Amino acid sequence: MPITEADVEKVAQLAHLEITPAELKIFAPQMADIVAYVEQLKALDTRQVEPALGGLTPEGEATDSARDDSAAPSLGQKTALAEAPDAAAGHFRVPKVL
Amino acid sequence: MSETKNDIAALRNRISGGETTARAVVESAVDAAEKLNEPLNAFLEIDRNGAPKRAESLAGHEGALAGIPIAIKDNICVEGMQTSCGSRILGNYHPPYNATVIERLLSAGGVVVGKTNCDEFAMGSSNENSAFGPVRNPWDTTRVPGGSSGGSAAAVAAGIVPVALGSDTGGSVRLPASFCGVFGLKPTYGRNSRYGLVAFGSSLDQVGIFARTTADVAAVLGVIAGRDVHDATTAAVPVPDYTAELSGDVKGARLGLPRSLFGEGLDPEVRTSVEAAVNVYRDLGAEIVEVELPNAQYSIAVYYIIATAEASSNLARFDGVRYGFRAEEAPALRQMYRKTREEGFGPEVKRRIMLGTYVLSAGYYEAYYGKAQQVRALIKEDFRKAFASCDAIITPTSPTPAFALGEKVDNPLAMYLNDIYTVTANLAGIPGISVPCGLSSNRLPIGFQLLGAYWSEPTLFKLAQAYETAQPFTERPPICA
Repeated sequence: MPITEADVEKVAQLAHLEITPAELKIFAPQMADIVAYVEQLKALDTRQVEPALGGLTPEGEATDSARDDSAAPSLGQKTALAEAPDAAAGHFRVPKVL
Repeated sequence: MSETKNDIAALRNRISGGETTARAVVESAVDAAEKLNEPLNAFLEIDRNGAPKRAESLAGHEGALAGIPIAIKDNICVEGMQTSCGSRILGNYHPPYNATVIERLLSAGGVVVGKTNCDEFAMGSSNENSAFGPVRNPWDTTRVPGGSSGGSAAAVAAGIVPVALGSDTGGSVRLPASFCGVFGLKPTYGRNSRYGLVAFGSSLDQVGIFARTTADVAAVLGVIAGRDVHDATTAAVPVPDYTAELSGDVKGARLGLPRSLFGEGLDPEVRTSVEAAVNVYRDLGAEIVEVELPNAQYSIAVYYIIATAEASSNLARFDGVRYGFRAEEAPALRQMYRKTREEGFGPEVKRRIMLGTYVLSAGYYEAYYGKAQQVRALIKEDFRKAFASCDAIITPTSPTPAFALGEKVDNPLAMYLNDIYTVTANLAGIPGISVPCGLSSNRLPIGFQLLGAYWSEPTLFKLAQAYETAQPFTERPPICA
């Protein structure tokens, strides 16, 4: 089933993107082409295939990735807020939520 | 001649022999970066003041990279410099810490001279998706340098720096390496840390290396590789001395040739050039073995499901709250998120976020993402079988030499198909290196790719070095330091 403009509007909303009507006219056929292309996978019989889980090598899977549970210095409030577009009173300030 | 046209070993000898100083070397890199930025647009930031000072402070430093100028793709965090990822949404962001690979380069005495231009969030094959304008290919400035790490590739090709770092999620180091006529390595998944590399496709991303010689790629990998507690995907696999194993003949090495990948869509000049490279290996005593990779034909489809799905999740963090750009005149929170992302991201990033959101959405997850992970398993299995009969596989790196700026910008699918030879390595987690092997009739570089089993970087280096010795690629681009 080809992707429609309505599908693109819906995913844009899910992805927190406010795309313009002009963008929609461009994106919808492009995304339809790409989705039609990836659908070639449907022709493959994979009923007996265990899905890959990420890119790890066997050695990577065997590596114990836990580290010691000990306290270490963190960035600190001042540094963590230094790049914020709007910081106030030691917090990230955002527009009203409700 | 600019100092930075030398390789690492020559520069180290000249510095320790007193023929030059680390400061002079780094200054020549900074000068060249500034001078060539007008034609190339390879750098987004050049550390004119800091880098020479740091070089001066390295007097007597014995590290493997002491005084060596290095360029870093602008999606890898360097404290004190910007990390824009080629995007308006990060813009002038200055990270408060160094990536682990940067810490390791600095410990070895390396000097970061600048941050290089790239496709926005490393999404692209031409470098035309940067919010700060495309990088131009030093061999022909009407052509793309390849992407996404185009600035790093161009900087090394133009002799501005001997080595540079990039990131490779689907070929973003190897493809621009081949378009610019330099070596480019994507290491085994888990070989080095991604801590401080801005995430795109987390099951695919690796930091990679550009250089003009195999020995320089090997030297840098030896410095940056290894386990890092800040990246749980790094594997506890010992780091060999990569430079010690470079020389020696390749007699008896088994080189796999997947004939099915030399078919339709491959430029005739690229085919001739890569087949000539196969003959060079045959003459060096390597055994050429036919191999099959029956599921490689599905790799682009698998890749553009997995990479977009992971990107849609990773890029959710860019919301105008903690760092970077925030849109104005958005009085409510959700509206602020949407306007910030609408104004901050470029079209390719939006396209991929939406595709990723689509393939992960309710009702479609199994049909797309689940299916792609199954075919990914088949591709991994293809390689496992192939490497039972050969030590490495040879393919072209790209189906064509560098294409013209603007040629593919309106057709994303045509752009994606450019990655046909490179994405399989990221899906399987195996290492790959692009090796320059000549020029086309209109003087554009051509590269071949060697793929190896997990952790086989020493084998790839040995093969690349043997070719480099037999067929040195000494041509330099018209735009050069």
